[in-house]
Amino acid sequence: MLRNAWVGVLGMALAASVVACGGGSQEAAKPAESAAAAPAAGGGQKVDPATAGSVKGTVTVDGAVPKNDAIKMNADPVCVKANTSPQFQETYMVGADGKSLGNVFVYVKDGLGNYSYDPPTGEATIDQKDCRYHPHVFGMRVGQTLTIVNSDPTLHNIHAMPKGNAEFNNGQPIQGMKMTHTFSAKEVMVPFKCDVHGWMNAYVGVLDHPYFAISDKDGKFDISNLPPGTYTLEAWHEKLGTTTQSVTIGPKESKDVTFTFKAPAAATTN
Amino acid sequence: MLHRFSKFLAGCTVLLILAGSLVTSNDAGLSVPDWPTSYGWNMFTFPPSMWVANILYEHGHRLIASSVGFLTIIMAAWLWFAEPRRWLRWFGVAALGAVIAQGALGGLTVLFFLPAAISTAHAGLAEIFFCMTVAIALFTSPRWIASGAEPVDDALLRTVATTTTVLIYAQILVGATMRHTGAGLAIPDFPWMFGHVIPDHWSNAIAIHFTHRIGALLVTLAVLATATHVWFHHGDRRELTRPATLILLLVATQVTLGALTVLTQRNVWINSVHVVCGALVLTTSLVITLRTWRVRFSDVRGVRLQADPRRGDEVRLKPDTTSIGARA
Repeated sequence: MLRNAWVGVLGMALAASVVACGGGSQEAAKPAESAAAAPAAGGGQKVDPATAGSVKGTVTVDGAVPKNDAIKMNADPVCVKANTSPQFQETYMVGADGKSLGNVFVYVKDGLGNYSYDPPTGEATIDQKDCRYHPHVFGMRVGQTLTIVNSDPTLHNIHAMPKGNAEFNNGQPIQGMKMTHTFSAKEVMVPFKCDVHGWMNAYVGVLDHPYFAISDKDGKFDISNLPPGTYTLEAWHEKLGTTTQSVTIGPKESKDVTFTFKAPAAATTN
Repeated sequence: MLHRFSKFLAGCTVLLILAGSLVTSNDAGLSVPDWPTSYGWNMFTFPPSMWVANILYEHGHRLIASSVGFLTIIMAAWLWFAEPRRWLRWFGVAALGAVIAQGALGGLTVLFFLPAAISTAHAGLAEIFFCMTVAIALFTSPRWIASGAEPVDDALLRTVATTTTVLIYAQILVGATMRHTGAGLAIPDFPWMFGHVIPDHWSNAIAIHFTHRIGALLVTLAVLATATHVWFHHGDRRELTRPATLILLLVATQVTLGALTVLTQRNVWINSVHVVCGALVLTTSLVITLRTWRVRFSDVRGVRLQADPRRGDEVRLKPDTTSIGARA
């Protein structure tokens, strides 16, 4: 009796194994969340373009930053083929002057009060191309559509590791695959990684307002259409952390701001 | 034949543990984001051309795990139909349940993005399953059955050996927690800890890492106690002295690998072999422990050794139809 029962259990286990292993063809990855956009933050007055000013500036680093880590891509022939020269991480993007620092996310952290903003227009895009994320650092709005593209003839997974939003990890095995995602809460920063290619990483700053910028290779950034007021600005770098400063903008005023990060001690020149 | 098959299964489980540790060491646990499919494909039809970079580790782990699962089904069925000892038949069923649960934990930890609790449970159950396969191999061995005639009966050794095995398992759980909470380099130097005998500052990660180092010390002492007792009091019992010698060598290797894991900043292969060696320490201790408890198994005489008249002196397992009372 017991043997018969067990044989039945064994049969079910085998059947379950077959079912679990079945399922057949490859399918496109689905978006982790619906694309329904969250409403723009704030319910107050609109920003008056006639009085709006701007903050421009530069991000610099004081001292020599460490050399970016070398990347070995030989685990994937497609990545090797796409990158014939020596490859390095994008941690420190230092300008020709040895001081200016790119890939820094600069944003208004505090002081905006109760403004309302137009919904974000267009999409943010992150592309997996040549076994890298493009861009490496970027910003977007809460509720804005993020399009994730795989331009490589190899497979990637896009793994977002937020703390305040929902984590997701989607595979894109076929070249040209796309998926979309929206973040429902502001968060600075959300890291992305590809678990297949351990060197691939990127960061997105998600905000409920449009006042953010990424410093370019010369360390320059520009935040425009900012209403008059006193603001706390924060600059974020993936290794050097954050630094803040206060700035007051009058009507139609443009202020220059410089953020300076301190290089880590005992660094090897980049 | 069943004994050989069970040894083969135990060997495959060692390979599976190595594959699993390589997944964690390479941070490849989420490189295949779906489960039980692989990038939408049936696991067994996922094209090998796509087994690139970290996918090789994760997908390889899944395939080896599936193979071990199927082997376990065969072994459980084999035990059920061929093994006269009822408790051992059910033990085979329990092993099958363990490997199914292990597969489910592996899937869950992928679907929930590697939470430390599930990943640690996955690692802990892996060791239990490995212990079960080794135990089955031991229980089905002719030597085990033959030793029922003159089992070692040493209460102190039973206590010491059992304590040692429990300590080793606890140490492995702490190690698994350390791996899955990213605390492997929380104390970056060895043998000192931040240049001191005791860390001069603390965090959760440092506490876990420190516990693992203290655990290593306790396990080493416990293993020394067991091995010393075996050699001094049962030096003529090869079934005890051989694993006692082996476990000393394994512990020495394990401590060295642990130190090298820190000193090489978690070198992938050193780190992974450290996990495998830990499993071997555990099962070697388990073998010693079970042999010290062999005397308690002697009441359960479902089988006995009997010379096979057709094949000379080769021994075969045959059901024992003699009642306990009649033997006494």
